[in-house]
Amino acid sequence: MIALLKRNEALWLFIHSPAAIIAALVALAIILGAAFAPWIALVDPYDLSSFSLFDGLLPPVWEDGANPKYLLGTDDQGRDMISSILYGARLSLFIGLAAMTIATVLGVSLGLAAGYYGGRFDAIVMRIADVQLALPAILTALLIDGIARGLLPADIQQELRVWVLTLAIALSLWVNFARTARASTLVQMNKDYVQAAVMMGQRPIRIMFVHIFPNILGPLLVIMTVDLASAILLEATLSFLGIGLPADSPSLGTLIRIGMQFLLSGEWWILWIPTLFLVALVVSINVLGDFLRDVFNPRLR
Amino acid sequence: MLTIKDLAVKFPSRFGDVTAIEDVDLTIRPGEIHGLVGESGAGKSTVGAAVIGLISTPGYIANGKITLDDTDLRALTPEQAHAVRGDRISMIFQDPQTSLNPLMTVEEQLIETIQTHSDVSTQDAHKRAVDLLEEIGIKDAAQRIKSYPHQFSGGMRQRVVIALALCTDPELIIADEPTTALDVAVQQQVLDLLRELADRRNIAFLLITHDIGVIAQIADRVTVMRNGKALESGETAQVLGRPQHPYTVALMDAVPPLDRKIPRFRLPVEDDIAAQHTTRGTDAQNWLLEGEQTPPTGLTVQNLTMRFRGTRTSLWQKPDHFTALDDISFAVRPGTIMGLVGESGSGKSTLAKVLTGLLNPSQGTMTLGDAPLPSARQRSRHHPSRRLMQMVFQDPYSSLNSRHKIGTILAEPLWLYGLVNDAGERRALATSMLDLVGMPADALDKYPHQFSGGQRQRIAVARAILARPKFLICDEPTSALDVSIQAQVLNLLKDLQATFGLTILFITHNMSVARQMADDMIVLRNGRIEETGASETLFTTPQAPYTQTLLDLTPAMPSTWAASNA
Amino acid sequence: MAYFILKRLIQSLFVMLAVAFLAFSLFRFVGDPITQMTGVETSVADQERLREELGLNDPFVTQFARFTGDMLQGDFGFSYRTRQPVAEMIADRIPATLELGIVALIISLIVGIPAGVYTALRPRGVVSQTILMTTLIGVSVPTFVIGIMLIYLFGVQLGWLPTFGRGGTVQIGGWESSFFTVDGWRALILPAITLGVYQLTLTMRLVRAEMMEVMRSDYIRFATARGVPMRRLYFKHALANTMVPVITIIGLQFGGVIAFSIVTESVFQWPGMGLLFLESIRFVDIPVMGVYLVVIAFFFVVVNLIVDMLYVAIDPRLRVKDAA
Repeated sequence: MIALLKRNEALWLFIHSPAAIIAALVALAIILGAAFAPWIALVDPYDLSSFSLFDGLLPPVWEDGANPKYLLGTDDQGRDMISSILYGARLSLFIGLAAMTIATVLGVSLGLAAGYYGGRFDAIVMRIADVQLALPAILTALLIDGIARGLLPADIQQELRVWVLTLAIALSLWVNFARTARASTLVQMNKDYVQAAVMMGQRPIRIMFVHIFPNILGPLLVIMTVDLASAILLEATLSFLGIGLPADSPSLGTLIRIGMQFLLSGEWWILWIPTLFLVALVVSINVLGDFLRDVFNPRLR
Repeated sequence: MLTIKDLAVKFPSRFGDVTAIEDVDLTIRPGEIHGLVGESGAGKSTVGAAVIGLISTPGYIANGKITLDDTDLRALTPEQAHAVRGDRISMIFQDPQTSLNPLMTVEEQLIETIQTHSDVSTQDAHKRAVDLLEEIGIKDAAQRIKSYPHQFSGGMRQRVVIALALCTDPELIIADEPTTALDVAVQQQVLDLLRELADRRNIAFLLITHDIGVIAQIADRVTVMRNGKALESGETAQVLGRPQHPYTVALMDAVPPLDRKIPRFRLPVEDDIAAQHTTRGTDAQNWLLEGEQTPPTGLTVQNLTMRFRGTRTSLWQKPDHFTALDDISFAVRPGTIMGLVGESGSGKSTLAKVLTGLLNPSQGTMTLGDAPLPSARQRSRHHPSRRLMQMVFQDPYSSLNSRHKIGTILAEPLWLYGLVNDAGERRALATSMLDLVGMPADALDKYPHQFSGGQRQRIAVARAILARPKFLICDEPTSALDVSIQAQVLNLLKDLQATFGLTILFITHNMSVARQMADDMIVLRNGRIEETGASETLFTTPQAPYTQTLLDLTPAMPSTWAASNA
Repeated sequence: MAYFILKRLIQSLFVMLAVAFLAFSLFRFVGDPITQMTGVETSVADQERLREELGLNDPFVTQFARFTGDMLQGDFGFSYRTRQPVAEMIADRIPATLELGIVALIISLIVGIPAGVYTALRPRGVVSQTILMTTLIGVSVPTFVIGIMLIYLFGVQLGWLPTFGRGGTVQIGGWESSFFTVDGWRALILPAITLGVYQLTLTMRLVRAEMMEVMRSDYIRFATARGVPMRRLYFKHALANTMVPVITIIGLQFGGVIAFSIVTESVFQWPGMGLLFLESIRFVDIPVMGVYLVVIAFFFVVVNLIVDMLYVAIDPRLRVKDAA
């Protein structure tokens, strides 16, 4: 067993990196909590009947006037903080993961194809990427949101909120994947095993996905982690600005926006607890991303 | 002058400390060129790095004494050690392109170095720099000194590098593979220059290289290294001509001679693939011979021309065309090996790409056997030539997909060409084939990175042969390999060719290797054929002056040194 | 070299046109300009007449050409929400955003580059590890959270600095500037730091990565072998080579600064373009959205062109031709 661990370099580095271990644990805890929220949480924040104003504004358990049932206190509507956070994390994670997946599939396919075929197709994809780069991620996300608002009738808008956000964030992130995939593909194209495959007469699709793709996975994994963090941050920012998820189905970003009202009035936990969770989640994902980057690029160690 | 005793260098790793070199003894006198020769992984570069104190972290000197005249180099503080660098010991590296700072002019880099070690005014430093460049052989030095590194050609750049190492009047220069990246002609000039500097300025050189011909040409004394240990040391003629240590003997046996053709390289039994055949390989052999119903196939090429459009660099001028191949015509006789020799830029690789359908020629026709060979755009993926013509590439580290198991790699041609439709049978055939190239059966489930360069190259050959080709193109198949491994692979190719009646186009830049392998020869230069003909005739009585030049410039060991080793 | 610049110019023009096209499509296809402008009381016939007058029935290409022509002359149309000319609205807000962006960029460079160099040269020291850990958190904390924390600390608890708005500004020509009063600076500091933190961490990591790469190059090794003094090695050789790719990225980042100001402006209620854009999203004020797009793209393109010229000035390989 020890011998196996020693041989797999990535695993060995992981075991010897306390930061990575802690990050993985934190991320795992939050993710599991979010996934099992409906079963763990005390209260369903969406169910208006499950909480009452009488329980409102209760502080966390270590301060005076707290109710031990609500470990981290309640907000102004009487909702349990822990439950809100778990459900909020659920939404944040769902959107982040969905957006990241779409961006990955779209970006990698386009990047691979652009690198393999070159020529006109490559030029077109790169031009589109150039234009999109001129507009920073948050701008693209806001734009898509604005367009959706303009195009969709008001009632459908609410239901599709989550999907509009996911699409908006995905479209602002795909360029990163496409460029990296393309650059890595171009490197591989020069390698002899690709030349051999082309020369032997193998099908292009096979060459791209069976031969080239496994070899460009490294840098892509790093970007996937980093972009997951970006996606979550982006969603939080949009919700904070009031354009993301609304207060009745809040993500962590929305919770922070709500909490800001209480900045001056003393109910600090409504603001800072969701903030802490958001930061913990994103930091751990970024630490893991950094760790992956070091694994794939030994020279930076 | 330089004395090294019991030198040991270690590198900490997750498996504990790895010993890079140990028990290394060496002495160099002033004005002596001392060659340090060995195959890859021998530790030669580590010795050089240890002397100048530039071992890559986290390596460290574990033991030993290094003295330069009276100075104990290990006893110096980091500041003192850094002061010694350049002043008394200098080092030059393999690639002149990356050795120079691209953002500074040559003048700036020279003056900076000069002023670091002596107290002279900028004007004086400038004059010294110009004089030095003239001495080194750069004409118009006063003008050219103001240029940037990328404005010099490869050979000139290496001279600039040498000038930079020289400008501080060091006692010892460590040269780590200084001519490996250069063309034969340029290599010769640089070697002559090094010899001259040693003689005239009494500078000692530690010449690190894997090329025995280079050592034979200019080294006074030589030390042979293997696996981190120094095995043999002495006068060059004696060590190379009448070696004592068995490893050196085997090494010299593996060096392809330039002056004659030997039928096979003599190798120790444990390294010789042919001697290691077991019955495991007979299945593959029979299967391959089964497919051998047709007679050997030849290749004819007529008026092949390849023109590339240059990249646009100026607004007003259209880009120049670059002619890589200019009206090439030749014929490869069925069942023979045709050697194609040329320096870098001669068009050899372009030719290989045109033949295999990776590049579309501007003009010309090709014929494989009886059938016309369509050019790239016309050649469909299912055309028979895709199977009949296979290739072995130069770089063993990139010709196998590092994410695929060996079994997958070998099975590919079998199912791609519909040769064997059952997965189990394919696996059995692949196992059997591995034996034919001298690899163990358990290699099937391993990944390429678990094998050495030579082993990977053998797997690449196995992959090519499994397609049951008639024509094999070998593009510098051994240029990236050590001499002894090269001998092994060349023997293998010869054997396979004889057994299966293959026709081979063997591309190389190394005249000695070409002589050993080829029945017929083509000499290529700047896209044109300089000379063709039967191999032995070409080597003994070359017609074209260029061929003669190539033969003259190839560094080789004088045959007088060897005391009947053939 | 001239060819290189020309190529980049054409690329930039292409980008601008593409963005203009995007903005124009926004105008045409999202919502109906006529209904936005006239309200429910206007009769259908009148709406049709208005449509005809404004040329909204003309073919697509003609409209696009007119749109571009108008833009080039500075006519950006009218806001759906306030009925003001968009050009005016944006012009009012540009100084606030630009000043904020420039100060943020300067902060990020002044702190980011030295920090990057330091952590590259002494990667294992305690200081370096601390810096790296801090920047990791800096990258992970959303900008708005940083803003909130700063407001809380300096505005609420300590009461040293104002928590919203621009404070004292001075009119210079048409430009309303914060730079000339102490009040103006006090109001500027917190938002500038907030905006700068993210850029700072990115710059630092980039400089660090590039510098470590450069330190391993052959020419550094060769220069070391020649005994070139360490200090000169680090700065004249390594840093100079590091800056070449870094400059490009910084140029790209400046575009990000302008856009990221949206969040900062929102937190601090800073009256800049970002806040304007945000409001226009809320009210689906298409003209403002479209023009904002074009303006951002324009900044981005201009900055990149400047960066390209800097590139040419620094790297001799672009200035002087290769050897024959």
